[in-house]
Amino acid sequence: MLDSIGSYGPPGPQPAPKLIVDGVSKWFRTPRASVHALDDINLSVGDGEFICLVGPSGCGKSTLLDIIAGLTRADAGRVTADGQLVEGPGRHRLVMFQESALFPWLTAFGNVMFGLKLVPDLSRAERRETALRYLRMVGLERFAHANVHELSGGMRQRVAFARSLAPDPHVLLMDEPLSALDALTREQLYADIQRIQQDRRKTIILVTHNVREAVCLGDRVILLSPTPGRIRESFPIHLPRPRDVNSIQLAEYTERITAALKGYIVPETV
Amino acid sequence: MKRFVLAFLFFVALAGAWQLMVQTGRWSPVLLPSPRDVAVYLWSAAQDGTLVAAIGVTLRRLLVGYAIGLAIGLPLGLLSSSVRFVEDTVGVLALGLQTLPSVCWVPLALIWFGQTEGAMLFVVIMGTVWSVMIATDTGARTIPRVYARAARTMGSEGFHKWTRVILPAALPHLITGMKQGWAFAWRSLMAAEIYVTVLSGFGLGHLLHYGRELNAMDQVIAVMLVIVAIGLLADKALFGPWEHFLHRRWGINAREA
Ligand SMILES: Nc1ncnc2c1ncn2[C@@H]1O[C@H](COP(=O)(O)OP(=O)(O)OP(=O)(O)O)[C@@H](O)[C@H]1O
Ligand SMILES: [Mg+2]
Repeated sequence: MLDSIGSYGPPGPQPAPKLIVDGVSKWFRTPRASVHALDDINLSVGDGEFICLVGPSGCGKSTLLDIIAGLTRADAGRVTADGQLVEGPGRHRLVMFQESALFPWLTAFGNVMFGLKLVPDLSRAERRETALRYLRMVGLERFAHANVHELSGGMRQRVAFARSLAPDPHVLLMDEPLSALDALTREQLYADIQRIQQDRRKTIILVTHNVREAVCLGDRVILLSPTPGRIRESFPIHLPRPRDVNSIQLAEYTERITAALKGYIVPETV
Repeated sequence: MKRFVLAFLFFVALAGAWQLMVQTGRWSPVLLPSPRDVAVYLWSAAQDGTLVAAIGVTLRRLLVGYAIGLAIGLPLGLLSSSVRFVEDTVGVLALGLQTLPSVCWVPLALIWFGQTEGAMLFVVIMGTVWSVMIATDTGARTIPRVYARAARTMGSEGFHKWTRVILPAALPHLITGMKQGWAFAWRSLMAAEIYVTVLSGFGLGHLLHYGRELNAMDQVIAVMLVIVAIGLLADKALFGPWEHFLHRRWGINAREA
């Protein structure tokens, strides 16, 4: 009983949501054309919930994450995090990018420390200790003093993951963090992410092209369709944790969601 | 070690060939002094302090001017990379002035400052500022956008972002620009010292100039050697550690950067 409370899963009665996206729209105006990237996006994310956004390329997933992070302004609507209006980027909403955004002028440890140094009210020792703890969590303690160029692609994303988690953000936004990796490394990271999520219980929004990945990681999988980007469907995933990407039940969910997704990719102009 | 020995042998052979050329007697010793004469001059000049004093004067001008040039060029480069107005004004000016060989500043410096230390410094600063500024600008512009975005989501803004993210990210470009600025500064200072006599201090350029006036070819060649040696040493001492850092940390070969 206690176990089921401690583990995260489809949450029951909800307190106030952690993050509210309210009627967000976005246009990109270029000299040649005006792209309607997002149209009236409404989304409410509970505390500790793991949301996966899937959708065809160009449907505005990255744009939505940027708006939630405060890196891009919405043309209409607003984002509220912890009851506060999002007006700019801030360390409570960290983003983990698709390409490695590790700083090459710092070591792995230095990279994890970068965000920690911006957290007030921590002593030097606490910062160092926290950085090492997160590096250990992603299995790279031994590489703390390695330079970024000496790490493999998968190791870099692990360090990036540690860097995003270490400052203890309220919300973690991940934009296709694993898509550049090979299948084996990716499966290893699914396990890592689930394990860490089990004991850290972060609110996470993850963007991916990979429906399997979304089903494996998400409490909810949200489907977007392109031109303009709209939320189409939301699939709660009722599977026990930890999940195995290769399990049959997972494949069933994947099949359903993929079928739905295909419906939106088929061009409407026939 | 093997490389060192090879290099050493090469220079010994060079000196040997020079000595042989002198011994054939085809050139007058007034035009071509022997390596020994040059060494003797170097030794005596080092003993009586003229050489050390001249090196001191020259290096002081160079380092002070270069430091001021950096202090102006770096912020200007950062500004022009981010503020459209500065880019369109000072940025264009810098592009133009950078093509101007720095010796061309000497006449202007003389008219403005007279035969003073100020004129020397001015020439060195003009040699440094523009190339440092342009390199900083290019460096800051070519940084992958994701670095600044990642930094901002971690709460790095304003001064922190510029000093902890933009500057280090631009480091490979900065070092190239600083090296170029150094080379320009060194050249322009030598030109200025040869042209202009400043009573407040005799630098290496003046020593070279008086060598010619006195037809003292051993002095001319000796001073040239000293100038070359300082150029090499400064390059190693000032930029060697940075290039080493770039190579180790970023995994790039600074020579290719
Ligand atoms: N800075 C920009 N200027 C102009 N148009 C843009 C800009 N950024 C995004 N867009 C447009 O907005 C739309 C959504 O882009 P976005 O990058 O959010 O898509 P995405 O869903 O993340 O795609 P992918 O899965 O390929 O990463 C696209 O049509 C794109 O062309
Ligand atoms: Mg994207």
